[in-house]
Amino acid sequence: MSAVVVNEVRRGFYLDSVALMRVSAAVRETAGVEAASLMIGTPSNLEILAEAGLLADAGRAAGPNDLVLAVRATDDAAAGAALAAAVERLDGLASGAVEEGGGRVAHAATLEQAMTRLPQARLALISVPGAYAAREARRALRAGLHVMIFSDNVSIEDERALKLEAAERGLLVMGPDCGTALIGGTPLAFANAVPRGDVGLVAASGTGMQEVSVLLARAGAGVSHGIGVGGRDLYDAVGGLSTLAALDGLEADPGTRSIVLISKPPGADTAARVAHRLAACTKPVVACFLGHPAPPGLPPSVRYASTLHEAASLAVGRSVTTCDAEALAGRLTLPANAGVVRGLFTGGTLCAEAQVVLARAGVAVASNAPVPAARAASEGAVGVNLLLDLGADEYTLGRPHPMIEPVVRVEPLRAALADPSVAVVLLDVVLGHGAHADPVAAVVDTIAAAGAAGPAVVASVCGTDADPQGLGGQVRRLEAAGVVVAPSNADAAAVAAAALRRIG
Amino acid sequence: MLGARPGVVNVGLAGFASDLAAQGVPVVGVDWSPPAAHGALLDVLDRLEDPSGLGARVSAANGIALERMLAADPVLVDVRRADEVIPALGEHVILHAGPPIGWDRMCGPMRGAVAGAIVLEGWAADLEAAAELAASGAVTFHPNHHFDAVGPMTGITTRSMAVMVVENRAFGNRAYCTLNEGLGKVMRFGGNDAEVRARLRWLADDLGPALAEALRASGGIALKGLVARGLSMGDEMHQRNVACTSLLLRALAPALARCSADAARLARALDFMGGNDQFFLNVAMAMGKAIMDPVRGIPSSSVVTAMSRNGTDFGIRVSGTGERWFTAPVEMPRGLYFPGFTEADANPDMGDSTIVETIGLGGFAMAAAPAVAGFVGAGRASEAATYTHAMAAISTGRNPEWTIPALDFAGVPCGIDVRRVVASGVAPTINTGIAHREPGIGQVGAGVVRAPLACFTQALEALGAEVGDA
Repeated sequence: MSAVVVNEVRRGFYLDSVALMRVSAAVRETAGVEAASLMIGTPSNLEILAEAGLLADAGRAAGPNDLVLAVRATDDAAAGAALAAAVERLDGLASGAVEEGGGRVAHAATLEQAMTRLPQARLALISVPGAYAAREARRALRAGLHVMIFSDNVSIEDERALKLEAAERGLLVMGPDCGTALIGGTPLAFANAVPRGDVGLVAASGTGMQEVSVLLARAGAGVSHGIGVGGRDLYDAVGGLSTLAALDGLEADPGTRSIVLISKPPGADTAARVAHRLAACTKPVVACFLGHPAPPGLPPSVRYASTLHEAASLAVGRSVTTCDAEALAGRLTLPANAGVVRGLFTGGTLCAEAQVVLARAGVAVASNAPVPAARAASEGAVGVNLLLDLGADEYTLGRPHPMIEPVVRVEPLRAALADPSVAVVLLDVVLGHGAHADPVAAVVDTIAAAGAAGPAVVASVCGTDADPQGLGGQVRRLEAAGVVVAPSNADAAAVAAAALRRIG
Repeated sequence: MLGARPGVVNVGLAGFASDLAAQGVPVVGVDWSPPAAHGALLDVLDRLEDPSGLGARVSAANGIALERMLAADPVLVDVRRADEVIPALGEHVILHAGPPIGWDRMCGPMRGAVAGAIVLEGWAADLEAAAELAASGAVTFHPNHHFDAVGPMTGITTRSMAVMVVENRAFGNRAYCTLNEGLGKVMRFGGNDAEVRARLRWLADDLGPALAEALRASGGIALKGLVARGLSMGDEMHQRNVACTSLLLRALAPALARCSADAARLARALDFMGGNDQFFLNVAMAMGKAIMDPVRGIPSSSVVTAMSRNGTDFGIRVSGTGERWFTAPVEMPRGLYFPGFTEADANPDMGDSTIVETIGLGGFAMAAAPAVAGFVGAGRASEAATYTHAMAAISTGRNPEWTIPALDFAGVPCGIDVRRVVASGVAPTINTGIAHREPGIGQVGAGVVRAPLACFTQALEALGAEVGDA
């Protein structure tokens, strides 16, 4: 029997893509449905639908202000039922019955109207599709607001223009593609509930900031402010405008005693400006350009860390965790004839840090997002120590980020657990605001389904007990599933390296 | 920024806002939709919104537009035979609702009304001959809007009909609208049989002159204050006019009685008005037209001066682009149907009555009339305020004289700004009656409909050219 493809178009309907993807996932569960997707009818989305074999004539006629409901099912009745289920869920969302819990949120139709309803607002958090994010950011700056741009796909020209306009107005732009910030103790977007303290963070990496803030918390320290700057801020095309502004802010902030800077290495022109600024900084600075050696010209006053763990440790003056990697590795039951590690990461920076730790331990590693010491490889590479960043573009096109929807990791995890060459599976679990309500569920269910004979699993959990998911419960459920949980991402990678050494 | 806890405006993912709210951070969530403009038009929008460039000029012009709207002093002064006040209404001339349209593209109800009006005026002996005459090209059609007039639904106006006269005393202009015919089989819904025509005759020959005499004797009825009271009594002046109709009747009754020598005639007049909750709608429409006409032609202004539909096209006019219509296909209203009728019976959106939304009433004042929100199928009564808040986001300002008690006496939003509509992707909400698609059956339901965004994108493009060249 051949499948039927049915499209329905709702004119002038908008819902953010994450909400749409959640509805899509639910519709796919309907009986008789082979594939389903709800997308706003932009040209690129229509292309995605066409490639997925989900586009019919009705959908082809949709425009960028319309919603396309696309279903492929075994027959018309199943397709009809699936569309009805989708509409019911959409109407539930549109009527304000939002699935996310929490406190009451006042609503406005536009940013300008929001300003009239909350005149004391000082920051705009922007997470609209990238094509529109710069526009909204500009409006926010003109309304006198600092801006955090969560959206990606903002052009680097727009990024520089926004940051220059912000500088003129004495405002700060965090992002684009900024997933994490902690301003005055308030976690924004993806951030953990950590105590306030005197360490200021400037980060071009969201999970990098999360891991450092959590490790500081574990060592009894805290964060004054965590300022995200966006992954490209230190590129020469942007010139480090937000990093410099953030350093100015933290240096002037009486609650900040030391500063940790986490980034990729700066561009050549920008490096000189940043080095000049750091040399003049009156507060102690730790810099970490993950996976890269300390750049030449870094002033001697700046202490350099090559991992997140080292950065946090240098900031508090002692190792933030104690972990006997050899002892933990000794507790692992390693399968016979297996010899490689497979890392499946939801956090890109955690994937990079694990590569650095393994490479320093003499393990030859490969990754879809390689650090300088690793080589490039993609999923499917056999017999290599492969560390995958599941938040990379090739995994997130048209799908939610694995920190929001951990189900994304199920298939690669199932494959790794069934792969006879894999000795150790290395995982990260990221908790905090913005992250999935129960990220370990997908992990422990998949391990349970795979049975006991497979590779050992080592994980770390980036989170605190104050996070909405609760650190303790998540760790206990991992351990109950047979996972060895290390106190940090770097420690987990060290355990994996020790395990490989035991195999020889 | 690194001081106290920040108040946050969240634009995008709703989960971020609820996370912040759960932590006690003051947060407002923007119900974001993408702008209606793309590519080059988005650049036009950016230029017209830039406060340090052309945007300042547009905003200043809109300030003038808003001032004129608020300064208006509409007074119901008279009822006249249409061709006495609209001299263009000669033989074989018919005015209709909406932007310009010919017989060939008219929907069923409008054709029905045209045929009925031709028989009413004696230009053809029966409806069949009337339709032939209309199709032959021997009848000239014009929008009401081109002759200072408006009309509900089909909006048909011909020379012998009675029209109410509203004078805007602040500016000296006058606007006209036919008398409301009541419910059921009526010409505004395409009704055209002998009963419909007889009622129109009575309106023109009997009720009209009686009202005219009473209005002249009373010196006219000032409408601004009356509408303000109506808002506080739960009317939004489009789908609910029961309070304003009662207030009007209360104001008119003594003068009507004084002018009438015939108790039976007086009783019939009072009965007719008192038995028709929507009688005031046509007054509100003439008022809307009288308020908006002085706002036309302000260079660079992006304020909408008319929204109107003919059952086929939706059209808008914008102050800074003068007399041009920007049109797009009308949409189907979403709403509730009278028993026995369904969406399959519905005619697309129709009528000049959207002039009421243009001045900030109707869908814009939904919060004043929670009963209407339920009646038009717009959701729970408690959601009525949501509509008014959303309309405020696309409006230039608020009318401090027309306030809504349930919104802590905030004024109704007024002065629709084309820029804001396009930037927010939020189209004006219109409360509307729904006509049967076949002529002569009448109203089958009521609902809400959105003005098509395409009208506003075209207007923005034209305004961009206009302002850019100036």
